[in-house]
Amino acid sequence: MSEPVISCKDLRKHYPDVKAVDGIDLEVLAGECFGLLGPNGAGKTTTIEILEGINTADSGDVRILGMTWKDNERELRERIGVSLQETQLAERLTVYETLRLFRSFYRNGPYPDDLLQSLSLEEKRNSRVGKLSGGQKQRLAVACALVGEPDILFLDEPTTGLDPQSRLQLWEVVAGYRRRGGTVLLTTHYMEEAERLCDRIAIIDHGQRIALGTPQELIARLEAPHIIEFVTLPEMQESEFANISGYHGATKRGDRWQLRVDSLAESVPQLLAIVEGRGAKLETLSTHAATLEDLFVALTGRELRDV
Amino acid sequence: MSETRKPPTFHPLIEMTIVRLKEFGREPEVVFWVFAFPLLLTVALGFAFREKPPDKIPVGVAQGFEAQKRLKALEESNALMPRLYTPQEGREELRRGRISLLVTGDEAMTYRLDPTRPDARTARVEVDAALQKQAGRSDKFSATIEPVTEQGSRYIDFLVPGLLGMNLMGTSMWSIGFSVVNARLKKLLRRFISTPMRKSHYLLAQFLSRMVFMVAEVAIVAIFAWLVFDVAIRGSIALFSLTCILGGCAFAGVGILIASRVKTLEGVSGLMNVIMMPMWICSGVFFSYERFPDAAKPIIRALPLTALNDALRAVMNDGYGFAHVAPQLAILLAWTVVAGVIGLKIFRWQ
Repeated sequence: MSEPVISCKDLRKHYPDVKAVDGIDLEVLAGECFGLLGPNGAGKTTTIEILEGINTADSGDVRILGMTWKDNERELRERIGVSLQETQLAERLTVYETLRLFRSFYRNGPYPDDLLQSLSLEEKRNSRVGKLSGGQKQRLAVACALVGEPDILFLDEPTTGLDPQSRLQLWEVVAGYRRRGGTVLLTTHYMEEAERLCDRIAIIDHGQRIALGTPQELIARLEAPHIIEFVTLPEMQESEFANISGYHGATKRGDRWQLRVDSLAESVPQLLAIVEGRGAKLETLSTHAATLEDLFVALTGRELRDV
Repeated sequence: MSETRKPPTFHPLIEMTIVRLKEFGREPEVVFWVFAFPLLLTVALGFAFREKPPDKIPVGVAQGFEAQKRLKALEESNALMPRLYTPQEGREELRRGRISLLVTGDEAMTYRLDPTRPDARTARVEVDAALQKQAGRSDKFSATIEPVTEQGSRYIDFLVPGLLGMNLMGTSMWSIGFSVVNARLKKLLRRFISTPMRKSHYLLAQFLSRMVFMVAEVAIVAIFAWLVFDVAIRGSIALFSLTCILGGCAFAGVGILIASRVKTLEGVSGLMNVIMMPMWICSGVFFSYERFPDAAKPIIRALPLTALNDALRAVMNDGYGFAHVAPQLAILLAWTVVAGVIGLKIFRWQ
């Protein structure tokens, strides 16, 4: 197994009112796409910013490409590319001018025009940054991260607020970078993004890593490939589900129950029978294959999109 | 990638400077404040204080004893503008300040005047001379008067260097302060320090782009003042340029110091005004600071705007050389270094 290009041990960062990072261990391997998945405020951004060397940890050991920020900052800056959450690039500059400026900071890297082409921004070459759409701005932000030909690409919430098409375009950019052998560390609160892009995922909540593995491994941890969601009148109690065959647990969100089960074909008829036997009325019923979202719900009792 | 292609960019310092210039030039309001506003100010003040013969002083003669004769005598004087009033009216006009002196009384003449008003004294001298002359006093001698309207001695000559200095202060501090705080606000500074960019290059680029714009700024006002008001630079152009550059640097340094930690545009505006206001008043932009108490003068002279204005006036109006303005230039240099270094030291990138 190759050496980790990013590693941190027992990372901690406490602010007066919150433990933003509370003992996180991570190892990211070369060529891997690693995702930090968690709801807003989970500590993802603080973690990634410590790894990017623009925030400092209270304690813990961080190594990037085998080096530390303290001793090798300049070398590391040449070799990583960063896209921060909420950076607003200068609005009065054009796309090309912005990229050219960032290119000038690095020793090596592609020509700005070549990069614009590979990011489908060549048509916007001479447009002002202030006139770009959200998706175009985000692609430019990633272009600025790629302009130094980095070994590691850090992306903090790269597709938050983007429409589905822009999101797909950005995923394509990340995929292209990985085909060239790059390593990616990204944060997201979209489980779909994590499932699509990442080889491995760490689920973060309250500054701690609560799960780690490939998307398949994580979903397998639910031990139940299917989810039944339903609402009844009157509401039912958790104990009533215990006898359903292949039942692995339930979580209640508002008046909506989520049941984790092995087989829909077996469980759904049994559930309907229980509801009917109790004299309750089924308001809604839906099923889906288990996702990371369901794992998060099972682990925390909350949803990723909850703040 | 073919070996024959040119390197994709210039040195980061040059790239950053070019980008700053472009950004700056693309803000219409900035262009107005930097280029149009100083010109308008020069025009307005230049015409308001243009050279013209001194106004005649309005004086009054109260009706009564020999009023017509007195009025006639005063009309002889080319410094006075006399009018006839009833004693009651005359007193009112004097009280309201519309006339500076009222001649009343019979044979024992009385000059009513407010001795605290400066023109009252002139009025007294002029009125007295006219009336004495009419009464038969003859002058023992007659001195010739030589009017001084030499270049370098008019108010406009005093004003233009002051405006140049004030303008350098304003544009240097605003443009740097705003651009830095804005970049911090938009997390752009943070984005920059996550690249290999050298922090010193960022700040140096602020200086350099400022210098480029300063040349244009100073040239426009200086050439305009020369063409329209005949305000010339009597000393060497090189020394004048050096003075402007050092002035620009001093205020760029102060700008960086001010912007080093502030997080909001409101915060930086307030701080700028607090710093600039005393200099607008004390540093001899519109009037000489000689009227301030002696105890305050060493402090006033140590202010960067005072040093800049004094040096500009010495070079422009008096044509002095380097040795004469060296102390002022040293003060400007000291401000550049001290403010710049402290600013850099405490600068907050995020």
